[in-house]
Amino acid sequence: MATTQQGILDLLSPYPPGWGGVLLAGAVSTVAISACAFAVGLLLGTGGALGKLSGNRALRLLLDFYTTVIRAVPELILIVGLYYAGTDGLNRLLAALDLPPVNVNGFVAAITVLGFVQGAYMTEVLRGAILAIPTGQIEAAKAFGMGPMLRFRRVLLPALLPNALPGLANLWMSITKDSALVAVVGYQELALATRLAGASTKHYFVFFLASALLYLAITLVSNVAFKLIEGRVRRGQPRLA
Amino acid sequence: MSFTWISSYWPLLLTGAWQTVSLLVISVVFGFIIAIGLAFAQVSGGRLTRLLARGYCTFFRGTPLLIQLWLLYYGVGSLLPMIPGIRQSLFWPILREGFFFAAVSFTLNYAAYEAEVLRGALLAVPKGELEAGRAFGLSPWKLTRRIWLPRAIRIALPTIAGEIVMQLKATPLAFTVTVMDLYAVANKVRQDTLLVYEPLLVVTLFYLALTAVIARVFRGLEAQVPVRR
Repeated sequence: MATTQQGILDLLSPYPPGWGGVLLAGAVSTVAISACAFAVGLLLGTGGALGKLSGNRALRLLLDFYTTVIRAVPELILIVGLYYAGTDGLNRLLAALDLPPVNVNGFVAAITVLGFVQGAYMTEVLRGAILAIPTGQIEAAKAFGMGPMLRFRRVLLPALLPNALPGLANLWMSITKDSALVAVVGYQELALATRLAGASTKHYFVFFLASALLYLAITLVSNVAFKLIEGRVRRGQPRLA
Repeated sequence: MSFTWISSYWPLLLTGAWQTVSLLVISVVFGFIIAIGLAFAQVSGGRLTRLLARGYCTFFRGTPLLIQLWLLYYGVGSLLPMIPGIRQSLFWPILREGFFFAAVSFTLNYAAYEAEVLRGALLAVPKGELEAGRAFGLSPWKLTRRIWLPRAIRIALPTIAGEIVMQLKATPLAFTVTVMDLYAVANKVRQDTLLVYEPLLVVTLFYLALTAVIARVFRGLEAQVPVRR
């Protein structure tokens, strides 16, 4: 028993020949991919939500198409499809402009694709959050003569955050887990690092359990962080219960 | 765009669709049964069962399905042959297959998500209805079977439909453990014919059709629930 215990600790030690360092690096890149894709999704989602509410018919139809298709198709298919279509499309564009083809960086490809997928979900979350703001508050801001930018920054944004935060927290949880899917297109993050470690030592069970616990740690820490942020954006609101 | 490959690949596409649908049905049916237990453990269990059920849900909801699948297939799969006699046993041909591991991990994962939905629904059943049942002298078991659970399932129906669609969208992961599901067929067509988008497009249409079927079935089920307006 004592020897196997020692063996597991050796396997997971952060210094080679242990694989702990590789796993931790994978976990860091998982968080980095997720955070960047979350930011991209937030930008797309804000644009999408404002676009859907803008009343422009053509724009709304286009955005409806975007959110419906993205949310209806399995994530894995989207990621693989967009990965190929994105790199292929970029190189065709470059060829049309008489430029040499580029090899798209796996990190950039991963955050673009995941961010594009997140954007669709964010659009719906933010649209709902904006609709939940009492119209009187926006009318009051207009009556005070605030311009659209000032109104967005001072009234819309602080008023929509408490409504949107639970949905955004859910999306963050799902993207940290979806980022495992980019392992399938071959980008090295936690899931792929684990498979490599398992394949070269044959101790699959130990490594997959360790990486599951790493993902769990990311989730639990994020839970606490979102609780704190929610307390912050809800300050000044009356308590219901 | 060229779709001439369909004529030679349609039997494989149908096999893939069959595998995808069986994975979905197996994981939803067995997952739902486990979820009922987990939900009741959290709502009315003792301290220990409550803690265990909470831990289960947190673990399976907090880690990616891909990792759970690989933990089972590579991890447990590599430990299984060490059990003496298992290679000779009746079940070995099943235990060897990627399909078995995919079905088990999808079931366990679905159970965790569904348990949360059911937990909320169990708590949402109006208290008066349970008290009425008790006043009629129903035993706790009968009360649960006749009133509490059926009412909770009706309350949860729309959410369950959403969860099943999410589960359908998770099934393509099975291709990573050698299951010939719909997505794996698209992959194979790509390897054979070097067509990237056409097979993905056709397979996506299959998924959309399945989603439409699920939505329709649940619309029918919801219509069965009597509502007083």
